[in-house]
Amino acid sequence: MIDTLVPIFAATIAAGTPLVFAALGELVTEKAGVLNLGVEGMMLIGAIAGFATAVTTGNLWLGTVAGMAAGAAMSAIFAVLTLNLMANQVASGLALTLFGLGLSAFVGKPFEGVSLLREGAPSLPLLGDLPVLGPILFRQHYLVYVSWAVFAAVSWFLFRSRAGLVLRSVGESPDSAHAIGYPVIRIRWLATLFGGALAGVGGAFLAVFYAPMWVEGMVAGRGWIALALVVFATWRPARVMVGAYLFGGVTIAQFFAQGGGIAIPAPFLSALPYLATIIVLVVISRNVATIRLNSPVSLGRSYRPD
Amino acid sequence: MNTQRITRWAFALAVGTALGSLAAGPAAAQAPLKVGFVYVSPIGDAGWTFQHDQGRKEMEKALAGKVETKYVENVPEGPDAERVIREFAANGYKLVFTTSFGYMNPTIKVAQQFPNIVFMHATGYKTAKNVGIYNARFYEGRYLCGVMAGKMTKGNVAGYVAAFPIPEVLQGINAFTLGMRSVNPKAEVRVIWTNSWYDPGREREAANTLISQGADVLTHHTDSTAVVQAAEEKGKYAFGYHSDMSKYGPKAELSATTHQWGAFYTKVTQEVLAGTWKGTNVWGGIKDGMIKLAPINAAVPKDVVELVASKEKDIGAGKLHPFTGPLKDNAGKERLAAGQTMGDDKLAVMDFYVEGVQGTLPKQ
Repeated sequence: MIDTLVPIFAATIAAGTPLVFAALGELVTEKAGVLNLGVEGMMLIGAIAGFATAVTTGNLWLGTVAGMAAGAAMSAIFAVLTLNLMANQVASGLALTLFGLGLSAFVGKPFEGVSLLREGAPSLPLLGDLPVLGPILFRQHYLVYVSWAVFAAVSWFLFRSRAGLVLRSVGESPDSAHAIGYPVIRIRWLATLFGGALAGVGGAFLAVFYAPMWVEGMVAGRGWIALALVVFATWRPARVMVGAYLFGGVTIAQFFAQGGGIAIPAPFLSALPYLATIIVLVVISRNVATIRLNSPVSLGRSYRPD
Repeated sequence: MNTQRITRWAFALAVGTALGSLAAGPAAAQAPLKVGFVYVSPIGDAGWTFQHDQGRKEMEKALAGKVETKYVENVPEGPDAERVIREFAANGYKLVFTTSFGYMNPTIKVAQQFPNIVFMHATGYKTAKNVGIYNARFYEGRYLCGVMAGKMTKGNVAGYVAAFPIPEVLQGINAFTLGMRSVNPKAEVRVIWTNSWYDPGREREAANTLISQGADVLTHHTDSTAVVQAAEEKGKYAFGYHSDMSKYGPKAELSATTHQWGAFYTKVTQEVLAGTWKGTNVWGGIKDGMIKLAPINAAVPKDVVELVASKEKDIGAGKLHPFTGPLKDNAGKERLAAGQTMGDDKLAVMDFYVEGVQGTLPKQ
């Protein structure tokens, strides 16, 4: 039994990692009161920028950094439109996704069908040799450990640090924050850039480490799942992690079911990760009060400092 | 007034030129024959379309000066395909190869409107006076890879990542299984369906899953190199498909079933050039050079290489047919009596797993 479960859990963590990055980034953005629906587009741009850089330079880390920069650049477009020019956040976010879909397909043309040669995931010394936990947790790509560090940092920053408190206050009541003297627009800019950068890293992980290949539209709705995760996780980082790994787990479990000879209609299996994630998160967040308590009050509203 | 007159004049000139070039068409026999290719995916550096493009290049080289080729890649199966095919036909192309199953109806439709142009459609079944079809017996290569797999496996489990449960894919799975069990009766094959021709992420996950379920030899019927790469990373063996993928798995890839279209494309083009082309229905295999095994990895022992070579010769000579009775499906039902070989009509509608494949076939 353990022998079958270990590879399932190990693969689950890899499959959930792009979501961890994208959803944690969006969480910080939304906590500052900015609703960026362009996650899917930013992930795609991050994926192609990361893949193209990794293929041309042969350096996977450079690829990851390029993906991060490209994601941040996409979010900067969004920030200029919504924070400086006061455009509607929902419309701008949707436009960003469409733009990212088209641009990544266009830029990615020469990289279609190209394979990236990379080493297998390394095993951490000592920790990788632990029974059960070793193969599940400590034989992953380095970027997976980075995602855990980002989770710890975001949790600490938002709820334990002074800067995090300021950021949350900007999301709750930009007027009060402004009145006290905090630079609301600048804080929202930084939060948006952070979200874009992490979405870019999520996309780059997908194209550079997970696949590793570029296919048009390869993010395949993960950006939307990340957005849904943030809401259903009631803006709590730990619940975001649970949701992300749940999605990854069901994605992987369908393969194991097939390989084990369990006959379930294929289209249903393909839809299962989305269904399962949404259902579980809806159940977790069915308490309206928790949503109201945790959702940033000014989410999605433009703010013009007087 | 003036501008209108100029426009009218320009229009007349354009029409005149167009008519003139039409009239000049047949007279200019020296002009190279224009040959068009429609590809379903990007050419990339390995895979289905890559092999067709290799064939195009070989043909162009063999008939240098006599032909001029052009291709359009990544054409979705559907209305877009019809537009691309019609554009070739309308622009003076005399021979058009449409290289994916889903181009069947668009090809037939355009062919009816351009009776003087020859169309060649790969892997379909509809023909017309000016539409020929061609395909290759991929399963012959699969059988040989299966023989190697049966000899090289240690755990007697092979993993197969497949796209869609259609006859062509099932022929491959079954031939591979029969080849494997012909030398290793204990062997079994596990299949995972990805429901996509090209999704490297899913293909890789499927491969990793099969490995963790005990498969130590992998192969795939999808378009990317992900399965061979996954095998390389995990230190397992794999067989490439479409193209030689040893670049992506120098240790893992034992061999590959590769498609060779060059000689065939050259032959068809020559026939069109000479005006001797007749409607064709070609289903070529090892005998015709349309299917070849990629160079066999040095990890395969000499006696196995020799065994495969002799079986390859037998298939080429028609002495060995991978689907020879007695043949049972994996539910125990007899599909072919002893001594019989499966006819092309039965092969074309295959809808079962042979004995030795695990699981039940998903309903389409």
